[in-house]
Amino acid sequence: MTAVTAVPETTGASGLVVDGLRKEFGGRAAVEGVSFTLRPGGSLGIVGESGCGKTTTARMLVGLETPDAGTVHLGGRDRSARARGRAERLARAREIQMVFQDPYLSLDPRISVSACIEEVLRLHFPLDAPARRRRVAELLDQVGLGEREAAALPRRLSGGQRQRVAIARALAARPQVLILDEAVAALDVSIQAQILDLLAGIRRDEGIGFLFVSHDLAVVRHITDEVVVLRAGAIVESGPTTSVLTSPEHPYTRLLLDSVPRPGWDPARISAGRRALA
Amino acid sequence: MTTAVDVTALRRRPGLRRLRVFGQGPLFTAAVLLLAALVAVALFAPLLAPYDPDALDLQATLAGSSTDHLLGADQSGRDVLSRLLYGARSGLLGPLVVVALSTLLGILVGVVAAWRGGRVDALLSRSMDLVFSFPGLLVAIMFVAVTGPGMTAPVIAMAVAYTPYVGRLVRSIAQQEKARPYIESYLVQGWSGWTICVRHLLPNIAPTVLAQSAINFGYALMDLAALSFLGFGVQPPTADWGAMINEGEGALLQGAMLPALAPSVCIMLAVVAFSIVGEGIADRVAKRDR
Ligand SMILES: Nc1ncnc2c1ncn2[C@@H]1O[C@H](COP(=O)(O)OP(=O)(O)O)[C@@H](O)[C@H]1O
Ligand SMILES: [Mg+2]
Repeated sequence: MTAVTAVPETTGASGLVVDGLRKEFGGRAAVEGVSFTLRPGGSLGIVGESGCGKTTTARMLVGLETPDAGTVHLGGRDRSARARGRAERLARAREIQMVFQDPYLSLDPRISVSACIEEVLRLHFPLDAPARRRRVAELLDQVGLGEREAAALPRRLSGGQRQRVAIARALAARPQVLILDEAVAALDVSIQAQILDLLAGIRRDEGIGFLFVSHDLAVVRHITDEVVVLRAGAIVESGPTTSVLTSPEHPYTRLLLDSVPRPGWDPARISAGRRALA
Repeated sequence: MTTAVDVTALRRRPGLRRLRVFGQGPLFTAAVLLLAALVAVALFAPLLAPYDPDALDLQATLAGSSTDHLLGADQSGRDVLSRLLYGARSGLLGPLVVVALSTLLGILVGVVAAWRGGRVDALLSRSMDLVFSFPGLLVAIMFVAVTGPGMTAPVIAMAVAYTPYVGRLVRSIAQQEKARPYIESYLVQGWSGWTICVRHLLPNIAPTVLAQSAINFGYALMDLAALSFLGFGVQPPTADWGAMINEGEGALLQGAMLPALAPSVCIMLAVVAFSIVGEGIADRVAKRDR
């Protein structure tokens, strides 16, 4: 019922090890003592209702926010503090990449699909132009996009297509871990399923670790092995996804599960449960 | 798409807002054509002008409109049309330098303030507020008092005075742009802040900045004409619209309208055209982002 504490970092520890993360905004803690470990090639879900600190956690892992306390290690390398220098920036980029929630805002409107992936390759790998073009085509093919989409500007693409581009762009740096922050939340349900299948396939083929941030338990059940339940910035429960989601130990997790609309669903009872918990 | 670029931060001529509905239509086109014609006139004045703008012809003194002098002649008998055509040169060159300098400086200050945030932002924003609180024309006149009349001092003073208009706008739209995930995705990819700003942030905010600079061009043209009119800027006998109005005052008293009226109309048309073009670009950006 209490938060799992990560194994303290030992030499040669592999995977993503997060220990005691904390972030305050204006004196209020948005994230408080969050610790977990994502083993190499594993898939971990972070769930919790809106505003519980999922995005803030993800942003600290990838380096878009600096934690007020706690550490983030990947493959034993500390990446908690702000990156200094080009070499460090590039090294961190090849450790963790991120796919953002809103595919309509996560691509530069002026840059074509192929150019936006080529940029990443040019920054990270010493490929010549033909090799780079081949790699762009390969990456786009991997996410189910063809030549026509490659030449297009983002505005010509649907939300699902854009999210595929964002995934290909993230994969271009060959990261060890991919963070997906509500990556399918903005998409239609049928498109969601396609993207989730795509992601499952990529994980199988590439052995990339997934950190899947979502408020949607069905999505998390589908794609993760382990799950961490966040409430008001702190972990209330964690463990294998199937056991946490079938037999939750914490009343908050039970409440999250009960909140999913289904036959016999009773909003009044859920609200009562929420009040009891508060 | 959620947030639109905040074009409300643009410095605008309130009376022109009513004309905004025409911003995309015939009025916009007419304004663009007028400005193109103005540039052509400035470039090709020697080919277009029927007379030497400085040639005195005392027999033509205060001549009215005729086939010899389409817009008449001034008190010294100089051809008003020729002086108007040549006057487009200083009329455009001064504001061009003011707008180019203030746009460059404003972009630099605004982007650095937005990107760095914190203390750097506070310092730069305070500095802009300070410059903003001095009336540009007055500072220009003070400059002239030190350096003597001529265009260099007023142009530099106006460029500094106009910088906060650009800087504040750039800061506010760059802040919005910086928070967009596409900029953050470049950070996650490992690019330096400098590269991201130059390659991605700037091109995306450029149209809005261009709109502001077009509007500023009109203001600068008017301010510099006012300085020349007051005798602080372009000096006689050089043909300049502001100076021509000044020189035309005497003619006005003697009943000749054209020497003062013609340059006034030119200034007014140019200022309005620049404002319409600026507003039109701003509207286009707002529509694109919607
Ligand atoms: N940049 C910020 N400034 C101030 N408060 C923030 C900021 N980012 C997030 N917060 C606050 O932190 C809390 C957690 O937000 P977030 O991590 O986005 O939650 P989630 O992704 O789980 O919905 C919220 O209360 C939110 O208002
Ligand atoms: Mg979120």
